[in-house]
Amino acid sequence: MNGLRLWLSRNGRALFALALFLSMFCIYVIKNGVGLKMGLATAVANKGVLLALVAMAQTIPVLTGGIDLSVGMIFVLTNCIASAVLSGPPWMVAVGVVVVLLSGVVCGAINGALVVYGRLQPIIATLATGAVYYGLALTIRPVPGGSIDATLASALTNQFFGIVPTTLVILVAVVLVVWVPFQLSMTGRGCYAIGSSEMAAYMTGIAVRRSRLTAYVLAGLLAAFGGILLTAMTLSSDASVSGGGTYTLSSIAAVVIGGTSLMGGAGGAIGSIFGAFVLRTVSDLLFVFDIQPLMQPFIQGLILLGAVSLGAIRVLRAPNRLQFLGAAR
Amino acid sequence: MGVAANSRMTQTGPVVPFWRMDRISKRYGGVTALDDVSLTVDRGKIHAVLGENGAGKSTLIKIMSGVVQPDSGTMALEGKPVRFNGTADAGRSGVVCIFQELSLIPDFTVAENICAPEPPRRFGLIDRHAQRRRAEALLARVHCADVHPDELTRNLPLSRRQLIEIARALGRSPRLLILDEATSALTVADVERIYTILAQLRAEGLAIVYISHRMREITAFADECSVFRNGRHVESFSKGNRSGDEIVKLMIGRDYKDVYPDKTPHAVADPPILEVENLKWGSRLAGIDLKVRKGEIVGVGGLDGQGQRELLLALFGVLRGVDARIKIDGVPKRINSPREAKHRSVGMALIPEDRKTDGLVLPLTVRDNISLASLNRFARSGFISARAEMRAVDDAFRTLSIRTSGAHVPVGTLSGGNQQKVVIAKWLLTDARLVLLNDPTRGIDVGTKQEIYALLRQLTDSGKGIVFYSTDYAELIGCCDRVVILYEGRIVRELAGDELTERNIVTAALNLPEKEITLGEATG
Amino acid sequence: MTRGLKAVDRPVLVAFGFIVVLIILGSIYNRHPPSVLYLLQQLQVASFLGIVASGLMLTILLGQIDLSIPWVVTIGGIAATAAAGWWGGSWTALGLPFALVCGGLVGLANGLGVAFLRIPSMVFTLGMNAVVQGIVVMYTGGNAPPDRATPILQWLAVRNTFQVPNAVIVWAMVGVLVVVALHRTPFGRYVYATGNSERVTYLSGINTRAILIAAFVASGACSAFAGALLAGYAGKAYQAMGDPYLLPAIAAVVLGGTSILGGSGTYLGTVAGVILITVLESVLSVMQIPESTRQIVYGTMIVVMMLVYGRGRKPEG
Repeated sequence: MNGLRLWLSRNGRALFALALFLSMFCIYVIKNGVGLKMGLATAVANKGVLLALVAMAQTIPVLTGGIDLSVGMIFVLTNCIASAVLSGPPWMVAVGVVVVLLSGVVCGAINGALVVYGRLQPIIATLATGAVYYGLALTIRPVPGGSIDATLASALTNQFFGIVPTTLVILVAVVLVVWVPFQLSMTGRGCYAIGSSEMAAYMTGIAVRRSRLTAYVLAGLLAAFGGILLTAMTLSSDASVSGGGTYTLSSIAAVVIGGTSLMGGAGGAIGSIFGAFVLRTVSDLLFVFDIQPLMQPFIQGLILLGAVSLGAIRVLRAPNRLQFLGAAR
Repeated sequence: MGVAANSRMTQTGPVVPFWRMDRISKRYGGVTALDDVSLTVDRGKIHAVLGENGAGKSTLIKIMSGVVQPDSGTMALEGKPVRFNGTADAGRSGVVCIFQELSLIPDFTVAENICAPEPPRRFGLIDRHAQRRRAEALLARVHCADVHPDELTRNLPLSRRQLIEIARALGRSPRLLILDEATSALTVADVERIYTILAQLRAEGLAIVYISHRMREITAFADECSVFRNGRHVESFSKGNRSGDEIVKLMIGRDYKDVYPDKTPHAVADPPILEVENLKWGSRLAGIDLKVRKGEIVGVGGLDGQGQRELLLALFGVLRGVDARIKIDGVPKRINSPREAKHRSVGMALIPEDRKTDGLVLPLTVRDNISLASLNRFARSGFISARAEMRAVDDAFRTLSIRTSGAHVPVGTLSGGNQQKVVIAKWLLTDARLVLLNDPTRGIDVGTKQEIYALLRQLTDSGKGIVFYSTDYAELIGCCDRVVILYEGRIVRELAGDELTERNIVTAALNLPEKEITLGEATG
Repeated sequence: MTRGLKAVDRPVLVAFGFIVVLIILGSIYNRHPPSVLYLLQQLQVASFLGIVASGLMLTILLGQIDLSIPWVVTIGGIAATAAAGWWGGSWTALGLPFALVCGGLVGLANGLGVAFLRIPSMVFTLGMNAVVQGIVVMYTGGNAPPDRATPILQWLAVRNTFQVPNAVIVWAMVGVLVVVALHRTPFGRYVYATGNSERVTYLSGINTRAILIAAFVASGACSAFAGALLAGYAGKAYQAMGDPYLLPAIAAVVLGGTSILGGSGTYLGTVAGVILITVLESVLSVMQIPESTRQIVYGTMIVVMMLVYGRGRKPEG
């Protein structure tokens, strides 16, 4: 029983995000009068998975106590690259997929190198590289356009054997192939260690540099997965700076709602996935409750503010105020 | 002066020393931490390293365990030269260190911390079950079987964390084990258990290097001792070859004269500066009554973690939910924040335990730190008068004999003793009438300690009251007019005058009935 | 007088050096030397960013950040112009103070969330940005705000006094306020102390919550002020007018030598950073470099400059 209590205390926030999403989703399904049709579920899943992937990408650098303000731009950049290379005979499309994923990895590696070897603060380094990645996206795609192999697109955006939205399957696959092994590896645990106490991690003999570098590389890779899916859904690409910026900021909100601390050391990508779905469902809910369109952004903002404030409840009950002031740098 | 004077006496013929350091030097900026140090450590021996703070012990340990690289000099393990690049590297050669500033990762579970950085693996991924099993075995070895391996390390008290750190070190099959003040927070019983483990390891042929400031127990327990002073290796000797006084003289380089100033009898005026009735806080403070009169130094003692720190924090307004009746100069007051505590109507000051994280803003200058708590005094219609401020700062320098190249250097560059003086100067400027001290001389050299004790007496001579928490019994006896001993959040005994002896403090700290026979001389 | 002068001197010098280089580059491209008029024009354009950066700098000095700038700027512009529309007559002069109050209120909300609820400022101000956007949408119905800028606003933003653009004078006044506050008042000392260690400052008996709140209120007021001036410059407020100011403001503060972690930085550096960014953007647009390349140059330059002097983190061990 003790073990269960401990497990709950560590995963409580993520579970809460899941519960929140499920209840919101149920309300949405009930309210919209159409019921849980496959088309509806697929549409919800598709939108949610996009943000979920970017949120997963954001989670890993945040675990190390850093942040990646360029994930949205990597997302947009890989979208543009995908719209250029994912056409032609099947073997070319396959190579194209690899190229897109690799470009995400390269972007992540640049971020990681600047943070680890250049010793720059992550917030500034990724702010700057975000601008560079956006510029590259704009170079590749000055006006919206591009294309993607039709079969691939429909395969990705429809259902798996008619039962489950394919995007969900892909999400689960990414979690199983990327996140779970990472979390169980020493490099992955190293990321948690760095976020928890970089000094202790170093004294313990953990490979701090390797873990940190890997964190940013994985962020780039996960954002690239998102880029491919975005191309499949929109059947084109658009180097949109506001789009990229929105995804970056939403990913941060999703990470916080999902229970990962911005200070690092605790949390995980699974919680961020639930956080992303919560965020995506909010706008659907507002629509279904016939909230005046003019009020929607306001309510959405309030909900966002409220959701990230949920962690504050813990603060109000703490008996030793020093706990929240942290140690001096 | 300071050249390696190794007086190793071996019964057998010349043996390649297990561990040898030759002419190691290390500088940090302009400060020489280690100067041409040589040292040998033998297998199957416990080798104590003694020295005041700033003597270089920490740097020595960090170099031995691979945390930092020496500027010059060589190290050899079993005759073969070695150079460690990080603690994992050192660990693979069997050199494991248990650090004073714990290297446990707060958000890891106990099992994860024990097995870091090389946890058991399966198919390249961490094997959680094997990790838990290994942790359980090691926890049992350090008598911590009650700790759940999946518990978050940050939730455990310091004493448990020290034991977990030791468990981790044992799990790495060390050949040379280094303990850097590894038992400072442990109870007497825990320390005894650790000694048993170390004795066993010694019998198995490990080389053990042990740093501790508990000088008397070390010299009884260790086979070899090395004394460091000012970054130099002064002398090494075998057990029993030097008396306690001689050792202290080696450590501080001069005679251990009367460190404590005379306790001046004072007119004890009523009302008391501080009167506390039935102070409760959560489960840590269970109803404390305390009176502090003008001109009095009241000591707070007891084993670690019995609520002493929390008492001071509660008085100072840092803790929420404190239930107490507090009177300052006879007037009931509620203190809800350090700001209210500092206010003229209350006039409290708190000298914290950890000056680096609680007492000083390290990157800021000495001047900025000294004036931080009393800036309003120098502000006229909103603007700071630099002249008034500098005058006060210069005064502080003189009163406290702060030694530094100037008031405009970052306070982080000062020595530990001078840093603590800056903290004290900061609070003196607030004209506090009641000064709370939270183990203020920890990690400070003897010379500065003396100056601080003298200062405390000066303060009480001018009518202030002092509450002095210390983990050093000699200090409590030497400085305080009376001492209250805390046990489980309650005052169990108050000692004054002739009753204020080490023996009585120890019995009270263990909550034994007053006439109980004490444990051996080695405690405390 | 100022502690740590050496640590922040270098970035400021480098920044000013770059400014000179850029101006020279620009004049080579234009084939005539830089005129005083051109320099003053640059300063005028820079003032809006400069005012935003002034408030933002205070929050960054505390180790926080204010991501609500985009929509607070917008609401500042709308409030200043709309108030004139509501009240009319001699009350139009209150448009600007009204905008400041609106910005200050948003800043107050930010400060309360960060100081009392202990929500990381990055997240809270982000949410607040969305809320303010929602408020603007509700008020304007998603359309362009109808009100025109008042004559006062236009005079402040566009006109000159003795050949010096009024906007620059306004910026200079804001700057003087900030410098005096930071270097001559207890508040300024508390800001640097809190930015380095809120814990120690709190334990020294300072009301660190009030300091945090004050910084966010200042940041909100500055952003709204800039928005009002911008509305004066453009003749009216417009949707998303604040969006182009956030990232450049952050970049300007950081390039000027202020540590993103808080606790160190000078206003002179921020001024240099603001001018640098403005001149850079202007040179790039004069050379008719496409947006894509501009972004790449912008980002690369920040990285290069930070590598030269912006090593933030302590080396391990």
